[in-house]
Parts: sequence; structure tokens; C-alpha cells
Amino acid sequence: MSKVLIYGEIKAGKLKKTALELTSEGRKIADGLGADAGVVLMGPHAEQFAPDVAKYGADKVYIVEAPQLESYNSEYFAQALAQVAKEKGAEVLLISHSIHGKDLAPRAAAKLGVAVVADCISFELDGGKLVGRRPMYAGKCYAKWVSLSSPQMATARPNVLEVRENPKAGAVEKISFSPDTSRATYTTKDLNLDTSGKVDLTEAEIIISGGRGMGGPDYALLEEAAGIFGSRATVGASRAAVDAGWRPHSDQVGQTGKTVTPNLYIACGISGSIQHLAGMGSSKVIVAINKDPEAPIFTKADYGIVGDLFKVLPEFNKELKSLLAE
Amino acid sequence: MKSLVCLKQVPDTETQIKVNPEGTGIVTEGIKHIINPYDEFSVEEALRLKEKFKEGEVVILAIGPDRATESIRTALAMGADRGIHVNDPAVNTADPFAVAQALAAAAKDVQYDVIFCGHRAIDDDFCEVGAMLAEFLGLPQVTLVTKVEVAADKKSAILERDIEGGKETVEVPLPCVVTSQKGLNEPRYASLPGIMKAKKKPIDAKNAAALGVSVEAKLQSKEYSMPPERKAGKKIEGLEPPDAAKQVVQALRNEAKII
Repeated sequence: MSKVLIYGEIKAGKLKKTALELTSEGRKIADGLGADAGVVLMGPHAEQFAPDVAKYGADKVYIVEAPQLESYNSEYFAQALAQVAKEKGAEVLLISHSIHGKDLAPRAAAKLGVAVVADCISFELDGGKLVGRRPMYAGKCYAKWVSLSSPQMATARPNVLEVRENPKAGAVEKISFSPDTSRATYTTKDLNLDTSGKVDLTEAEIIISGGRGMGGPDYALLEEAAGIFGSRATVGASRAAVDAGWRPHSDQVGQTGKTVTPNLYIACGISGSIQHLAGMGSSKVIVAINKDPEAPIFTKADYGIVGDLFKVLPEFNKELKSLLAE
Repeated sequence: MKSLVCLKQVPDTETQIKVNPEGTGIVTEGIKHIINPYDEFSVEEALRLKEKFKEGEVVILAIGPDRATESIRTALAMGADRGIHVNDPAVNTADPFAVAQALAAAAKDVQYDVIFCGHRAIDDDFCEVGAMLAEFLGLPQVTLVTKVEVAADKKSAILERDIEGGKETVEVPLPCVVTSQKGLNEPRYASLPGIMKAKKKPIDAKNAAALGVSVEAKLQSKEYSMPPERKAGKKIEGLEPPDAAKQVVQALRNEAKII
């Protein structure tokens, strides 16, 4: 039995930080319900991560291995997840709202006959029911949602929930999974992964974004800043920069791009349209560099520099480098 | 090449969203509505496939109140052939599970090689309907698609999709459900002749009873609230770039304690 079940996402042979965030949160929910917390890990690299999730509060670790689970595939992963949820009597099922989780959660939910409270940024228990608070309209407003059926499924936004150590037994149990191969599915032909180790915007702790004020596709100054911060930082863009063809679509922050919640968001040459502000407005700290003192971005920025970004950023990078080198 | 395009009408991205005084939802008066931007990519891709194969049909399937007709007409003006409008108070505001069930029921009467959905709707941001629809119809789903190449025999397609930190190319048997991501294409504007023609194209109206769906709520919302008001912080004006940069970097370390 695991009334609270957490799907631990593994990417390229590594357990993701979101898995620890969810395990910590799942532990808290399980304690609130007086229940056990179990973590499901799938695929060929799964078992080695059992001690990691145990450290953050997993009473049980369910390992599912099958040839169909060697690389991610929505159908088989959803089948396996739905099976474990049923077998273990899950009443709460938590998944990350990552690209992977967004693909998996609704398919598994449909198999279980439930809907998902998606993209939650916090949870509470109300009379034994899980309530998730989530942004809507790309963060223009928030609401609390509750699932009326069991298991209560929710996805949580990466990089928001607190990671907290709380060691538990983490007893490993292998699950026997025989997939229904009559269901048509896709096959992966090619994976074109960015090997630079660039962290996805939605999971970055620090984002340096460039907008129309960049004047062209040269983002070297922003890349340099991200490089100084290291692997937890990445470069983003406004819609204007993406539509101009300066940056790939996957870099776009805003209502028709990605909604992000980094610890630090540095907006360079971004005026701050309502769509952009919705997408990054819940960043913990916002820095804006813009020539126009009237730019709306300054109304949201904790620190604003009115000036030419091509003059300010090199100095910013220099300062940053010497500070972080200390 | 036959495509079924699921379309949702959503508030314009320019909309300043306000929560109603009771906190039960948003203030809907005065909102201008548009086609969900991701669904617009779907319409465009379906039209391009029909043009490429020089045969077929593009059917628009929308759930929503009377005003959703305008968005269906816009898609018809872009070149789609006909529309299906599911208009039923029980379904119009339902959760993603019920919406996907209604779409699945409506899809049963349509012939298609591909079903397109937007990868998310920019109003409730659930990101669930496409995958659920695929599951209910027993079809594969390929989400966050940025490139579509359908084989000449229309039995399979090669699709490119966004994954974390890169792209994945997959081969999928058809029919399947594709969810559209930005980057798939640049949607066309409706032409004047297109707008004229769209007025005569059929839109089939349906309700939940006609589809044989009974809606059972799976999710419930409460306590809508506005995001905490962000106050403008320190604005540094008139300083030389090295001084301004130094001040902010120091503040990030000593005040914000973020670096």
C-alpha cells in the first residue's frame, strides 16, 4: 500500500531534481494523511536511485523494468504508472509538470478515469483531500483546484516546491509489468539532444532573457552571463526576439511560450508586454536592463538599470565573474 | 488527407484578467476572444497537408458557447471545409476529462488521418485534452510537435517534437493525435474571398445528449485570486554602466541574497 504515490522522473540516466521536490512534498502529504509514500521509478537505470528518494521520504520504491520502458514512450509509461497506482491503492498521485510529465500525466489519468490538477505551485490538505494551487492564464490569476475522484492526480511545476531531507526506509519492490502491446504507439527515430548541458527554461534557477532591444541574433553577452552562473542558468527570449528569428521558439518566455519561475530573471532589452510579464512575473527576483525609463518591465523589476544593455551587460558580467570567483 | 482540428476559443493574450469579487472565476465581461494560438497552428498545418495531398478535408471541432462560432468561422475563412460546434452548458465549462470525452464522441462521426489539438489552451493551461482524447480513441499521441511529414500512403508520419533540451523525431502509425507547438508553422490570415466563402460553409451544432455523453465533474475550482502585486524596486538612472552594474550585482548578493 502506498496511498501517496510519486512518479520519479529519470532523464538521460539521471534522477531529476523535480523527483526530489515531489518526494519531499509527497512525504509531507503522506504525513498529513497518516499514510505511506511510495515512489515509482521506471526504466533500465531506475533501481540505483532508490536510496536517493528514500533520503527525501520514500517508504517504498517501486521499480518497473520492461523492454518497452527503455526509452520514454507515453503509452507504455502511462500503462505502467496506471498499473502501479491501481495495485498499490494510490489515493494521491504526483507527477512533475515537466515536458515529460505533461505528456505522461494526462494519458495515465485517462486510463485511471480521472483528471489532473496540473501545474501546481503549492499543495494543502482540506478534509483529507488534496488541494493544489495553480496559475491560470499564464499566471494572470491563480486558483485552487481539487480532484473529486481517486486517485487525486496532480502535476507540480518544477523548481517551486521545497526539497527537504527526511530519510525513510525506501524498501525496494520490483513490479511485474506486462504491457498491452496491442495499443498503437510511436517509435523514436532520432534524439537530437543539446549536449551543451543547457537546462530547460522551465527548470532553470537563473534566466537571462533578451528582447527586441538586442537588435539582432547575437546573444553572446547573455550566453556569457549564463556561463558565469553555470549549469543552473540559461538564456531566454521575448516573443519579439523569437518572431524576428533571432532565437528558437523553445526559448520564448511568455503567455504563448513558457511560464517560468526562476530565482533570478534578468530581462535585457525587454519592454515587458502583458504576455511577457504574465510568463515571468512570479520569478523570485527580477532585474531589468532597458534604455527606455518608461518601459513597463521596470514596474515589476526589483532592480532596474536604465541604460544601454550593450554597455551595462559587459560590466555586469565582469562584476559577476569577480564576485563569484571569490 | 483528412484532418480533424480541435479548436478552443480563449481570451485574447492582451486581456488583463480580473478575478470576480466572489473569487469563483474571472470577470468575463468585455473580454475579446481569439482562437487559442496553438490551435491556429493546428488549423494551418491541416490546411497545408490537404494542399500537399491535393485532396481531403479539414474539419473544425470546437466546444464552447455561441460566441465560439466566430472562431470556427475564422478557421473556415482560413480554408477549413466545415465545422462541428458542441454547444452545451454542461460541456462548455467542463474539466479536461469531460471535454476530451465530448471531443472523442464527436470525432466518432468524422473521418480523419490525423487529429490536431493545441498542446495547451492559454486560458486554463491544463495541457491535458490532447493526450486524453488520444487515450479515449485508442490512438497514439505525439505532443509538442514542431514538424509534420505524412507518408505518401498516409499510413504513417514522421514528426518532430520538443523534448527537454532538444528535439525527438518519432515515427507514428496513423491515425494519431498531434498536439501543436509554436514553431510548427506561421498561420495564414483569412483572405477576403475566404471570409465570404466561410459564411456558406456548414457548421453542425451538437449538444451532450446528441453525442451521448454525460458529464460527471472530475475537478472543482475555488478561491480565484490575483497574483501578489509586484512593486517596482530600485531603479538606477544616470549612473555610468560600471557603477550601475556593480550596484546591482552587490545588491543581488547582499540584499536579495540570490547569488
